[in-house]
Amino acid sequence: MLSGREVTTAYHGLVAISAVSLEVAKGEIVCVAGANGAGKSTLLKTIAGAERPRSGTITFDGARIDGMAQHMITARGIAYVPENRRLFPRLSVRDNLRLGSYLYRSEADRDEPLALVFKLFPRLSERLEQRAETLSGGEQQMLAISRALMTRPRLLMLDEPSQGIMPKLVDEIFAAVKRIRDAGMTVLIVEQRMAECLEIADRAYILQTGRVLMQGSASEIKTNPDVRKAYLGL
Amino acid sequence: MDTSFAQRRRRDLIVAVCLAAIAALVPLFVKDVYVQNIMVLTLMYAALSQSWNILSGYCGQISLGHALYFGLGAYTTALLFTKFGVLPWFGMLGGGLISAAIAMALGYPCFRLRGHYFVIATIVIAEIALLLFQNWDWAGAALGIDIPIRRDSWLTFQFTRSKLPYFYFALVLACVAWLVTWWLEDSKWGYWWRAVKDNPDAAESLGVVVFNSKMGAAAVSAFLTAVGGSFYAQFVSYIDPESVMGFQFSLLMALPAVLGGIGTLWGPVLGAVILIPLTELTRSFIGGSGRGVDLIVYGALIVLISLARPEGLVGLFSRRRKGAVR
Amino acid sequence: MTAETIIQSLASGLLMGLLYGLIAVGLALIFGLMDVVNFAHGEFLMIAMYATFFLFAFFALDPLLSAPLVAAALFLFGAVVYLLVVRFAVRAKANAGMVQIFSTFGLAIVMRGFAQFFFTPDYRSVTHSWLGGKTVSIAGIFLPVPQLVGALVSIAAFVALYFFINRTDFGRALEATREDAGAVALVGIDKNRVFALGWGLGAALVGLAGAIMAIFFYIYPDVGAWHWAASAACSVRLPAASSSVWSKPPPH
Ligand SMILES: Nc1ncnc2c1ncn2[C@@H]1O[C@H](COP(=O)(O)OP(=O)(O)O)[C@@H](O)[C@H]1O
Ligand SMILES: [Mg+2]
Repeated sequence: MLSGREVTTAYHGLVAISAVSLEVAKGEIVCVAGANGAGKSTLLKTIAGAERPRSGTITFDGARIDGMAQHMITARGIAYVPENRRLFPRLSVRDNLRLGSYLYRSEADRDEPLALVFKLFPRLSERLEQRAETLSGGEQQMLAISRALMTRPRLLMLDEPSQGIMPKLVDEIFAAVKRIRDAGMTVLIVEQRMAECLEIADRAYILQTGRVLMQGSASEIKTNPDVRKAYLGL
Repeated sequence: MDTSFAQRRRRDLIVAVCLAAIAALVPLFVKDVYVQNIMVLTLMYAALSQSWNILSGYCGQISLGHALYFGLGAYTTALLFTKFGVLPWFGMLGGGLISAAIAMALGYPCFRLRGHYFVIATIVIAEIALLLFQNWDWAGAALGIDIPIRRDSWLTFQFTRSKLPYFYFALVLACVAWLVTWWLEDSKWGYWWRAVKDNPDAAESLGVVVFNSKMGAAAVSAFLTAVGGSFYAQFVSYIDPESVMGFQFSLLMALPAVLGGIGTLWGPVLGAVILIPLTELTRSFIGGSGRGVDLIVYGALIVLISLARPEGLVGLFSRRRKGAVR
Repeated sequence: MTAETIIQSLASGLLMGLLYGLIAVGLALIFGLMDVVNFAHGEFLMIAMYATFFLFAFFALDPLLSAPLVAAALFLFGAVVYLLVVRFAVRAKANAGMVQIFSTFGLAIVMRGFAQFFFTPDYRSVTHSWLGGKTVSIAGIFLPVPQLVGALVSIAAFVALYFFINRTDFGRALEATREDAGAVALVGIDKNRVFALGWGLGAALVGLAGAIMAIFFYIYPDVGAWHWAASAACSVRLPAASSSVWSKPPPH
């Protein structure tokens, strides 16, 4: 479904990811792990079109998307929840969700993902009139994911959804990711909390200083002795 | 790093001395009055733009109302001379001091405004001052003041037979404005201004210092601008509100700096040397019928420069060095 | 000064204030949306007034009829200005503040130059129109009809704008872009499109004001500069000074 080949991205000449290749098949949950500064966020930004790759190609459902404008990539079915969430803070929860379905004109198309959103995160339905900035960190993350779901994506990309969130809500969010996959979507998730992430993922990539260090099925990665030592602290 | 900065400053000074010496010799070879006139205006605008650059370029408080100070300088000199017989030299000093005081009085509320609001305030204040002068009967209202010619002398700063004294005075003025800028660039003021300009939010925490450094920039800038206005009044010997306080002066003071490089030492000089002769030549080629063409040229230059070369034309000269650093 | 003349001047002041408000709303819309002041806003007003004048002079179209046409034309003009100038100005890396100010300011100067060149500096006026010169008396206060209609149009435009922003998808996109222009791509919105439409909308509001002001103000190349300063300086304008000091745009 998504395939990146030898993707290199640089900021002002400083290479952040270099010749990264990755594949995501339909219906998978793929986890990208790695230490701080490894280039995980850069990888997602590049796929989402927020950064332009210096070289390499990215294809989505067979069509090239590298170099395409970010909003066009969203319209093609890739929803991206960035690290800092980027909600519209002074708009209501309802307006944030409505904006998610901006691309759709009929009410039916707009309401359909809403049912899923409320099923995943019932607490949002109680806060529809609240401004987004008044939500707690965990709720804001839920809203950011929900807004992304409202675009009815085929691929959902999450950048460290667990960052800065109470542990109880983290479990809730990981559970939601699984249900999102069960609802027919594909998920590419970036995490530093590798153990939890590997629990729900089918496959994983480990990035180190901008390169793919290791890749494989979640169980392979989990049982790899090097990974256990270096990343899982076992 | 420090030594190269000191070296650059020393080199700038040497270049400036050489250029001034060459400029001083030019009238020995160029006798044409029309050309001399253009040279006087070029030097005057170089000085004015350099003064404007102190507040707008170095300190980052963009003023589009400097015609106010120019006009105040012109009017103070002309009024003191015609009404009280005070020599223009005192008028020049008085106009400068009045302008500096007014700049600080206006700066007191206006420096609390940020960015765009400050610019709008400067335009509006200058426009109000223009209207006040147009309606001030004692100062000649819209008709203005005809400065009576006594005799050609340095005492009255009046010369009807030759442009040369004006030329040399304008040259001195340009050099003074340049030297003041050169000196301020490396003073504590220069550092504060850079802080204010580059990072207003961080500079905010310095509070009073920032505010005072803006006031200082405004005062110096207004003083020098008024001296220029005072000179202009003597040079043309007839002033009216529109011709010394009109919006076009605010524009013509900003333009050379924008063209040459805003917030740079050489920008205003380079900009004036290119722009003013160009303006005067187009004016005489197109003649009176082409009113508006000068505006089109200025405006297009402003848009193009700010979009394509925001660092100004001086960037062309220092480009190689910058490239090497990268 | 009698109480009547005070009320009289208050009333006409209020009517003019509403029209200036319409100009200011266009400016504020753009400023709020992307933190850029359109220094050519007054010149937008100027070309709107000239457009109204020429529609009158060549097609005998009454300003009231040309108002929607002028507003539509200004909408296109505003969007084009964004796409051709402002879009590049906001990308500047060196001297960002100066670039923003000088790009629209330079545009203003160019527009004024073009007006002087093509339309000459002569004062023009819409010599006869349905509303021009008429007054109505309401409770003993005489009000000029053009200003009154202008005020009503302004109010109608404010209400329409309010509903447009609060009740439509595009209004919501506008609000979202104003909140975080870098985030709207996440929901598939093209921010350049929103900005262009925002500029169009701001210009259209000024176009509407210009068409009505053409009924009772002289039209000349610098007219925009004056009204621009006036709408910004409204608060400084003292009643005592209003007749003599602010003598420049003579109503007729
Ligand atoms: N906007 C940026 N500008 C410059 N460098 C950046 C930027 N964002 C990230 N980087 C650099 O790129 C590298 C990878 O960063 P990032 O992708 O954020 O890593 P991760 O998400 O794995 O922590 C880091 O060295 C970081 O400093
Ligand atoms: Mg990251």
